[in-house]
Amino acid sequence: MVIGEAAIRAGCRFYAGYPITPQNEIPEYMAEHLRQVEGGVFIQSESEVAAIHMVAGASAAGARSMTSSSSPGISLKQEGISSLAACQLPAVIVNMMRGGPGLGNISPSQGDYFQATRGGGHGDYRVIVLGPATAQEMADLTMDAFTLADQYRTPVMILADGMMGQMMEPVVFKEPQPRVYPEIYIMKGAGAGKSKFIRGLILDPLDMEEHNWTLDRKYQVIARKETRHELYGTDDAELILVAYGTGARIAKGAIKRLRNTGLKVGLFRPITLWPFPTNELRDLAKKVENFLVFELSTGQMLEDVRLALQGFARIGFHGRPGGVVPTPAELANVVTRQYDRKQGIIEHH
Amino acid sequence: MWCSGCGIGVMLGAMLRAFEELDYRNADTVVVTGIGCTGKSDDYLLTNALHTTHGRALAYATGIKAFNPKLHVVVLMGDGDSVTIGGNHFIHAARRNIDLTAIVINNFNFGMTGGQASGTTPGGSFTSTTAWGNPERDFDICALAEVAGANYVARETPYHGWELKELIKEALNKKGFSLVEVFSPCPTHFGKNNEMKEPREMLDWFKERGLPVERYRKLSAEEQENHFAIGKLVDRDAPDFNTRYEEIRVRATAQKAG
Ligand SMILES: Cc1ncc(C[n+]2csc(CCOP(=O)(O)OP(=O)(O)O)c2C)c(N)n1
Ligand code: SF4
Ligand SMILES: [Mg+2]
Repeated sequence: MVIGEAAIRAGCRFYAGYPITPQNEIPEYMAEHLRQVEGGVFIQSESEVAAIHMVAGASAAGARSMTSSSSPGISLKQEGISSLAACQLPAVIVNMMRGGPGLGNISPSQGDYFQATRGGGHGDYRVIVLGPATAQEMADLTMDAFTLADQYRTPVMILADGMMGQMMEPVVFKEPQPRVYPEIYIMKGAGAGKSKFIRGLILDPLDMEEHNWTLDRKYQVIARKETRHELYGTDDAELILVAYGTGARIAKGAIKRLRNTGLKVGLFRPITLWPFPTNELRDLAKKVENFLVFELSTGQMLEDVRLALQGFARIGFHGRPGGVVPTPAELANVVTRQYDRKQGIIEHH
Repeated sequence: MWCSGCGIGVMLGAMLRAFEELDYRNADTVVVTGIGCTGKSDDYLLTNALHTTHGRALAYATGIKAFNPKLHVVVLMGDGDSVTIGGNHFIHAARRNIDLTAIVINNFNFGMTGGQASGTTPGGSFTSTTAWGNPERDFDICALAEVAGANYVARETPYHGWELKELIKEALNKKGFSLVEVFSPCPTHFGKNNEMKEPREMLDWFKERGLPVERYRKLSAEEQENHFAIGKLVDRDAPDFNTRYEEIRVRATAQKAG
């Protein structure tokens, strides 16, 4: 499994998780391979709640730590993700999204975008969210996730889906970067250094406010410096699709079909979902007037696109929630129905 | 920080004296606390301290110990933390027999949030959520730890401070999961609601009912109803989590090399 191998190469030495389809390949891979590595610990935890808190403990003890799950399990982890953010502990969380809400089903979905990018847990905090679209990107972004988590001392989420878990594509693992993480944050022992004090409970409102602003300043730096996106066929485009992950793969297929019919369609693909590449998307609206958002949900990223483009462009939408994965042909048909060369996007969202 | 007559400070004093006598160094020791009156103990500590969330202290501690077995990891929890909201982590930490020392202040209710019922509130007793008496039964925390697989289980009360310190020392020295349950007065809530408003009344209750385990075991089942056992209840030497884990790693790395 690409994510597991990339994580171990990136120096991940602690993994805890609880099985759930469609991501069991990750814990199974970690169980087999992390246990072959000196100092590598794999624990099949008693629940997702346990897993995320074990990861937090191992992170405090200095491990590059990871957990993975799929939608219902990620809901259970939110308590711990909020605590990781509060205590400024680095960790990587993988969500292979499936159809929801509730237990839902085990088919690929993108219904957890809000949960991932809007906090998910309680309190004023943010999580860096990376949305890979290829196996290669799963490898690269997993490695980058550990670097970002350490750099900003914050949880980072890989937001993918079951479809991507099953992909068979060749991958080249890049050279991992050496870890840069000050020892002052680690409960290390062996008589070394001063003892550390980590707590999420801050009873004085003024102290808590200050802590919130400290976190916020960090999030503002991340928002300024860490956005990533891909442009595909946007140079000559009259219409631009906005999609991420599996949705973007389908969109690329649709774009090829549409271009064969002479319609110049491009793709804007956010790679960081938080921070969302708002300015980069808005830049496109300087020369293109029509955008169509495509998601495997009822329309969640759509809100971020609106924040970027409202008043600058016409926005259309196509969504298939619940684990339905439409073909590129379906999406191409939708585009020809929703977009008219003279009128632009017909149904403006 | 605690009310007068509260038992938590006695436990904390016993724990710190045990650290001292065992020569534990601050930087090598991690005290993980949950949330509650008990959880607030970390305000007094110079060791590493990780003040976690309600019920999750053992999961954090498991992550710490599994990754760095050289640290002494001690977990302070209330009865709410340990066996009510955190019951699942509790039985699994004991089952893994991970080398942690859990000290549980059992004051039979949720002290911090105003004296509501917990999983250890005895049937029939009064709390702020059982105004007519508790219709549910209570957990025996020590029995739970024993069947779940803990290597060491003991119970004491603040009435017996010296013994408490000795038991904590034994628990710290024991490899594997150890539990020291401390029956503890909460005069402000549990005591007040159950006709033991004066701090010493709950202590008297412990003194009269707590019997050294050897004596307790000789009582008839009927007599046992009105008493509880104190002292060391379980002492075994099953291999702990990290030992077993390293055995598996040897097998795994041999496979990889071979
Ligand atoms: C998730 C969550 N639920 C509820 C609470 C509120 N809460 C704080 S302490 C506590 C109970 C504490 O009881 P116990 O663990 O027995 O500790 P004590 O105060 O009695 O020492 C509760 C319910 C919380 N902090 N977090
Ligand atoms: S409320 Fe009870 S447990 Fe909390 S400090 Fe007061 S006496 Fe102790
Ligand atoms: Mg309590």
